[in-house]
Amino acid sequence: MTNAIRSWVKALSGSGLIGLALVVFWLLIAIIGPFLAPYDPGAFVAHDVFASFTGAHLLGSDYLGRDVLSRLLSGARYSVGLALAAALLASTAGIALALLTAVSPRWLDEGVSRFMDTLISIPSKIFSLVLVAVVGSSLPLLLLVASITYMPGSFRIARSLAVNLAQMDYVQVARCRGEGAAYIAIREILPNMIHPMLADFGLRFVFIVLLLSGLSFLGLGVQPPDADLGSLVRENISGLGEAAPAILMPAIAIATLTVGVNLLIDALPGRGRRMAGKE
Amino acid sequence: MQTHVEVRDLCVTAGAHTIVADVDFSIPRGGVLALIGESGSGKTTIAMALMGYARLGCRIAGGSVRVGDTDVLALDEDGLAALRGDRVSYIAQSAAASFNPSRRIMDQVVEPALIHGRMDRAAAEKKAVALFRSLALPYPDTIGERYPHQLSGGQLQRLMAAMALITGPELVILDEPTTALDVTTQIEVLRAFKQAVREQGATAVYVSHDLAVVAQMADAIVVLNKGRIRENGRAVQVLQQPEDEYTRTLMAAARPERAAVDAPKVTAAPLLEIKGMCASYGTTPILRDINLTIARGATLGVIGESGSGKSTLARVIAGMLPPSTGAISFDGARLPPSLSMRDKEQFRRIQLVFQNADTALNPAHCVGEIIGRPLAFYHGLKGPAAAKRVAELLDLIKLPASLADRPCGGLSGGQKQRINLARALAAKPDLIMCDEVTSALDTVVGAAILDLLAELKRELGLAYLFISHDIGTVRAIADDIMVLYAGTQVETGRRQGYDGVARHPYTDLLIGSVPELRSGWLEEQGTRPAPPVIGQPKDGADLCRFLPRCSWRICGTCEEFTPPRHVTPGGNIILCHRPEGASEGAS
Repeated sequence: MTNAIRSWVKALSGSGLIGLALVVFWLLIAIIGPFLAPYDPGAFVAHDVFASFTGAHLLGSDYLGRDVLSRLLSGARYSVGLALAAALLASTAGIALALLTAVSPRWLDEGVSRFMDTLISIPSKIFSLVLVAVVGSSLPLLLLVASITYMPGSFRIARSLAVNLAQMDYVQVARCRGEGAAYIAIREILPNMIHPMLADFGLRFVFIVLLLSGLSFLGLGVQPPDADLGSLVRENISGLGEAAPAILMPAIAIATLTVGVNLLIDALPGRGRRMAGKE
Repeated sequence: MQTHVEVRDLCVTAGAHTIVADVDFSIPRGGVLALIGESGSGKTTIAMALMGYARLGCRIAGGSVRVGDTDVLALDEDGLAALRGDRVSYIAQSAAASFNPSRRIMDQVVEPALIHGRMDRAAAEKKAVALFRSLALPYPDTIGERYPHQLSGGQLQRLMAAMALITGPELVILDEPTTALDVTTQIEVLRAFKQAVREQGATAVYVSHDLAVVAQMADAIVVLNKGRIRENGRAVQVLQQPEDEYTRTLMAAARPERAAVDAPKVTAAPLLEIKGMCASYGTTPILRDINLTIARGATLGVIGESGSGKSTLARVIAGMLPPSTGAISFDGARLPPSLSMRDKEQFRRIQLVFQNADTALNPAHCVGEIIGRPLAFYHGLKGPAAAKRVAELLDLIKLPASLADRPCGGLSGGQKQRINLARALAAKPDLIMCDEVTSALDTVVGAAILDLLAELKRELGLAYLFISHDIGTVRAIADDIMVLYAGTQVETGRRQGYDGVARHPYTDLLIGSVPELRSGWLEEQGTRPAPPVIGQPKDGADLCRFLPRCSWRICGTCEEFTPPRHVTPGGNIILCHRPEGASEGAS
């Protein structure tokens, strides 16, 4: 197992390695970040607002005099965790529905596909804004909004893969053997579409980070006193004129997280192609 | 005759692997040399090296290639570009994939002449039309206006030859140009190629795996195996007195011998019986009025060209396509038409083996899982009992038991086809339908699969429905043979019934088109006489499907009436107006 991981890492390109390092870094921060925080993220600990880098406050202080490093370390959990959960939900639901349509009669396929087309045609940002404005913001709602918004795209890609795979000879063989639809979907089709769907999952994760950050920036995301990376940018926006680390650092954090994931998944499909070539 | 093409110590490598080593041969001006061998023998690699080209990842590591006075391997990129398509041209295996579907034929055919500045467009088009005529293409004056999808595979292959010949090349390389064609088309294409190449006075290299085809085309034959020359000599000598052991294996595999199988014990009740079955995809009818029976332990061969409905027949029996009319009964009981209405036992007793083992085995599963699934599904075998049975099955198909843990991706074509077969055997079926199981394989490997099938039949008492486009393969394994043409069953009978002369005109054409393993056969055949003139076919009548191509059609009868079924002296049932089929016995 460790050997497999080692050879997998070795096969990554230079930019892929950078991406992998950034992703691992942010995952670690999301898990252990709150325990590393030097101060309580909600406590007013600095004497000065928008302070610059100092020994006591490594990344300065924010607009209320709270420690930026501590707030960043605990805020990453919301951005990474929420986006990861939403991306998982969106991809899993999309793949499950796609497999269902690939092995079910045409009328069901048509029904589900047209419903997804309807969802796709709704602008995602507006849809999220309306829902949050109507129901009010909460973590479960954000999770739901993000996964509903990104599920149809995942479904479309998974369905086009699954429909092609359902025409393969080995699936026809399974049908002739009298196998049930569930066996065909899970054992014959799913293993052959998992690689491209992983790449798609990475993309979706990045979009969701940006969507959640955008919502938080508008004040509709994670609510104070908690803050994710997007709301950290928003609440410190008055520090922009002073070039305060309080606004720069969360912005850089969003950038490194999304760029890192993008670099990693850009390196993934190339690997898939090489593996396919060997087979 | 002076030497025109000379290859010395040619060596091609891919990374650390040597693909082709120490290849020497020479061709006199105007001569035709054949490179023959199985897939992976390096024949295409050598052909490409004649143009100074090595495929991606390969490198010409040493040796020399001379065409006329030119040292090909010493040329730079510009020199090679000037050589290729002008002095040396290449005809690829799949013409259908080599034409750009969005451009007219004429634009593509004259392109090499224009690129190399050999002539202006008007002259090039004139020459192209002359080539179309000499390649015996229909409507030579206007065929260039069409798009590739409007033409058949055989026509495209000849157009590709016109494209290669338009610059008047001194060397033409033909890479398996007839492998993808039906046998009745192949003979016409071969004849056209031979004449066109001779008219041009070009030297030719013919790459093929088919000895019988090579025998018609080549003056000299080079036999390759694993990148090395096994035998190099005059065509007559190689074909009649092969010196090398490998050449003899190849010759034996080219014409499969019928394995000695005891005549099946004919039981009164047939295993599979189909009566008056028709099937269609949507509103397009594919199969019309099919009647057949297969006895327990017997083999029915189904033969026909691509598009004749052979595979559809297997799909209907397997239940993947419900027939529109007609009844299928299996072991006395009527078989439900669609998959969802059949029970597990019915599934188990009929197994389908697909043509292409590469796509029929799931790349995500290992060999043990693939063979083990029918065991678990039909027989409830799990754990050590299943593992033991998988090992037994692997032994039955003559593969090592250690293969069970391997993913099927890294196996060879022959191994994959055996595993494909083992999966069907695991169900313990009564009937196995084999859809072109040897077509994608090399002749030697295919012959081994045929032997295996015959042996399994003897040991397990299996019945086969054996689908193939190759009459030689079908004759080697089948007890009864059925000939399909455009979805109609034109002839049915015992295998021996096909030895006589009285057979359906299409069967006659099919059997007469298979090249024999000797030089000069192609010349003896002579061109087929043009079909006799007939009137306008009657609208709406269910006429003979073979009417437009039939050399034996009767004016006033064939274009007016539906053909009846006759029994020939050989005992076969034919669908033809002539009771004696394609023989002079009747009028």
